[in-house]
Amino acid sequence: MSVAAVKKARRLPDLSCVPAVDEVGVNERVARFQTRSIKKSAKVEALKLILSMIDLTTLEGQDTAGKVRQLCQKAIHLHDAYPGLPHVAAVCVYPNMVSVAKEALAGHDIRIASVATAFPSGMSSRKVKLEDTRTAVAAGADEIDMVISRGEFLAGNYRYVFDEIVAVKEACGDAHLKVILETGELGTLDRVRRASVLAMHAGADFIKTSTGKVQPAATMQVTLVMLQAIRDYYRDTGRMVGMKPAGGISTSKLAIHYLVMLHETLGNAWMTPEWFRFGASSLANDVLMQLMKQSTGLYQSADYFSKD
Amino acid sequence: MAAANRLSVAKTYKIYIDGKFPRTESGRYFPLKNKQDAVIANVCRGSRKDFRNAVVAARKAQAGWARASAYLRGQILYRIAEMLEGRIEQFVAELQLQGRTERQARKEVEIAVDRLIYYAGWADKYQQVFSSVNPVSSAHFNFSVLEPTGVVSIIAPDDSGLIGLVSYIAPAIVGGNTCVALASESLPLSAVSFAEVLHASDVPAGVVNILTGFRDELTEQFASHMDVNAIAWPGDGRKMARSVQTLAAENIKRVIARPKIDWMSDEGESPYLIRDTQEVKTTWHPIGS
Amino acid sequence: MATPENKLAFDGGWAYDPAPESTDHISLKKRYGLFIGGEFVAPENSRYFDTINPANEQKLARVAEASEADVDRAVKAARAAYSGVWSRMPAKERGKYIYRIARIMQERAREFAAIESLDGGKPIRESRDIDVPLAAAHFFYYAGWADKLDYAFPGQRAKPLGVAGQIIPWNFPLLMAAWKIAPALATGNTVVLKPAETTPLTALKLAEVIADAGLPPGVVNIVTGAGKTGAAIVNHPGVDKIAFTGSTNVGRIIQRALAGTRKKYTLELGGKAANVVFADAAIDQAVEGIVNGIFFNQGHVCCAGSRLLVQESVADEVVAKLKERMETLIVGDPLDKNTDIGAINSSMQLEKIQSYLKIGKEEGGEMHQSACRLPKKGYWCRPTIFTGVAQSNRVVQEEIFGPVLAIQTFRSFDEALAKANNTPYGLSGGVWTDKGAKIFKMTQGLRAGVVWANTFNKFDPTSPFGGYKESGVGREGGLHGLDAYVKLGAR
Repeated sequence: MSVAAVKKARRLPDLSCVPAVDEVGVNERVARFQTRSIKKSAKVEALKLILSMIDLTTLEGQDTAGKVRQLCQKAIHLHDAYPGLPHVAAVCVYPNMVSVAKEALAGHDIRIASVATAFPSGMSSRKVKLEDTRTAVAAGADEIDMVISRGEFLAGNYRYVFDEIVAVKEACGDAHLKVILETGELGTLDRVRRASVLAMHAGADFIKTSTGKVQPAATMQVTLVMLQAIRDYYRDTGRMVGMKPAGGISTSKLAIHYLVMLHETLGNAWMTPEWFRFGASSLANDVLMQLMKQSTGLYQSADYFSKD
Repeated sequence: MAAANRLSVAKTYKIYIDGKFPRTESGRYFPLKNKQDAVIANVCRGSRKDFRNAVVAARKAQAGWARASAYLRGQILYRIAEMLEGRIEQFVAELQLQGRTERQARKEVEIAVDRLIYYAGWADKYQQVFSSVNPVSSAHFNFSVLEPTGVVSIIAPDDSGLIGLVSYIAPAIVGGNTCVALASESLPLSAVSFAEVLHASDVPAGVVNILTGFRDELTEQFASHMDVNAIAWPGDGRKMARSVQTLAAENIKRVIARPKIDWMSDEGESPYLIRDTQEVKTTWHPIGS
Repeated sequence: MATPENKLAFDGGWAYDPAPESTDHISLKKRYGLFIGGEFVAPENSRYFDTINPANEQKLARVAEASEADVDRAVKAARAAYSGVWSRMPAKERGKYIYRIARIMQERAREFAAIESLDGGKPIRESRDIDVPLAAAHFFYYAGWADKLDYAFPGQRAKPLGVAGQIIPWNFPLLMAAWKIAPALATGNTVVLKPAETTPLTALKLAEVIADAGLPPGVVNIVTGAGKTGAAIVNHPGVDKIAFTGSTNVGRIIQRALAGTRKKYTLELGGKAANVVFADAAIDQAVEGIVNGIFFNQGHVCCAGSRLLVQESVADEVVAKLKERMETLIVGDPLDKNTDIGAINSSMQLEKIQSYLKIGKEEGGEMHQSACRLPKKGYWCRPTIFTGVAQSNRVVQEEIFGPVLAIQTFRSFDEALAKANNTPYGLSGGVWTDKGAKIFKMTQGLRAGVVWANTFNKFDPTSPFGGYKESGVGREGGLHGLDAYVKLGAR
């Protein structure tokens, strides 16, 4: 399908037709992914892939230009002691930090993602949210991570949520749009699935679990449900949508489980940073420690890995 | 005013299939004689075709009867008891005709009435006694309930005319099974009269079918029919026992042998006799949101 | 709207490296005798047979073939233990012995799992996560019943039967041994058990555990051998009860063989379960349930969901998803932790499955198999589905006992129920729908002993298991599993 055709097809789907989700069944499937044993070269390959999929993130009220610059340094120099490492996919910051990141990452093939739309709660007017988005894009953001209006969604105002995403997508221009469902506030996997379908039909390039500000953040359960929604959407429309679990994924082991889940749910085509991201701040170092352990045979200490 | 020397009307003893009283399709009969060697009645000598027809009727009635509420099944059993109570004198006379003393006969009929009431009371209780909620380790709700086995063929004890038959039929049907019973060969008359009681008691057609005839001829039919789920019988005779179980194996029929039970005593009634013709069904369902 | 180019690709790309379970911690003897009277003894005619690893056709050990005389020895040992010790022992003490078995099995769980996978071909993930823990849990569950039988049978006194002869199949060797032995011991019986000839090793390891637990000699006897050994147990006059799990055909033979004897029996036989998927089901979980229903343990499961009945409006979607899911199933080395489908248990079974694949195609069914690569040696079968088949086809009617699913469609509830019940079997069934009332209508309507709603192939020691109709007589597991091993009398 052409981009124009996709745009034209943007219609609020009938969410009552979205298949039901059984929580226990999802838990069982997730448990199966977790029994996969990933060793040796498969593990090294996975760890490198994970690094390349990371959206290195700082989203604090206390963020400063200095903090963001250091994060960008980390993004460029993950661990120079280990030659041939990939770089992370992106750094993810607040809109007012986009220009700082832009400058710090100049000349490097690392994208800049910015949250927008009154992140993390989304509790503002549409006008403000669109302005927020345009500001970030104007400052140089390649990707926009928006939040949906959970209150409206829970109240059943799907049209409102849908139109908002469509509008933000317009405001993004060429920037990629990641739509954060904030699954921790949706309550059930059925709602996660419906919100995923809604967001994709509204034009999301990525769907994303969480802001990281609400517990629970990403879980394998909600991620699986979203991956299955992506798969069905792809089957129906031919358009690939990316997936970004965010928050709470801080160990290599867990990240590998996610990768296994991705691999066995969507297949090879999604196994790239173009279609899958981890929103994480501390995951990178754990992955680096594991990589060093794989190459040296020695268990590592955090003291040997830079914390930025 | 009736004439003192009025000619009595003899009863024709027929079989009971699908809520109707046909003669045996075979046209055969056997004369039943009293101790004085006088013929009391010509009894239908039921055939394998009669049995087949009865099984068809029982199968047709089974799902509906099993779906009837436990309360309704209990009330219908109670109704059978009521109808039998009203005809105690008829049954006493009939048992006497077949050689019982009046005292024996009256006791047997009275116990039969009480037994029906006993099982009527179990209709909505045995499930509670024998069911279980099973605390499985996973996130599932799991429970086991009893369901009727289906169609039960019954060979009633030969040594009693009424109580044996009632003690076999009642626990089978109170649990939602339908049945085809073969009456005592030597004391068959009360079985036919009992069919008339059933007929007057709101028992749906086909739930109970009663044949009269020769045990040697019919027992193997009762054991081998592929659409019968269980056979309940006294298990008497080693040779016949071997034959019954061998034939029953053809469709893994449940074989319920009840040797040496004094049906006139309390051991003749028990919820475990209901359970004999029940299957345990276990259901699993996830607990989630 | 699905188009061929919208298919997902699972081949190539990232692949998992081998992750074999280590076997250096297990100990197997070169040769196993018969476990009779508390010790391993040689068979009287000195005959042994090989047990092999179906994944590479290599010999694992030599195992004794018990003759009639050996079975007689075992029954006598069991009788002596019954009369002399076990039936007289306070029930509490009996229970404590059974608890010991459970505990030792838990301690040696990993060894049991590895041997189970070596000998039977099932994936280590299953033997490690399902078979062995469930077997130990079974002993733990029934141990607790030993001194509480008065509460299991209201108004009755439960007495043991005596010597129980038990014959178990090759699909869940250790688990079936536990299902048989635990309730028998808890109720005060003694046991002569015969494991299947292709999978005797874990039962023999269990004999070691039983010896280590200090059970009085003869309480549990384990005799190995094939059908003749089984027949010797069934026909032995000193046996009071037969418990059999296996095919309906052999069950029928046993029921006949027991005709005219006073022996009690329970039979767990074959099945051809329908897994019914309605349009309003949680489709992705249903697909997972279908996979688990038929590909669990290579489909060597009597309660497998070997028939899929799917509502027409979602049939294409379900089949498409199922095919994709099948591509992610890893077939291969049972000891590899990532293996989903292991080896077919024996060459004989593989031949049987292959003959059904042929039959299915000849009947006009459309066969689809996953594209996975198979190892060169050993016995393997790709996950297989047949579409375009009907009730009148043999692959729909007959138990294949392999990873082969027959798929049919239906339009209405009544049609689904009628088709599901249109079989002489009645072991299990499944239903998938988001509507509660429909679940209960279907689960009540299915003529089967175990019904899974929105799940499939779940087992638990507390949960009774067993069939209607030709799928067997009696129940195993739970409170109801005690019935099989007692005679009831008035208090």
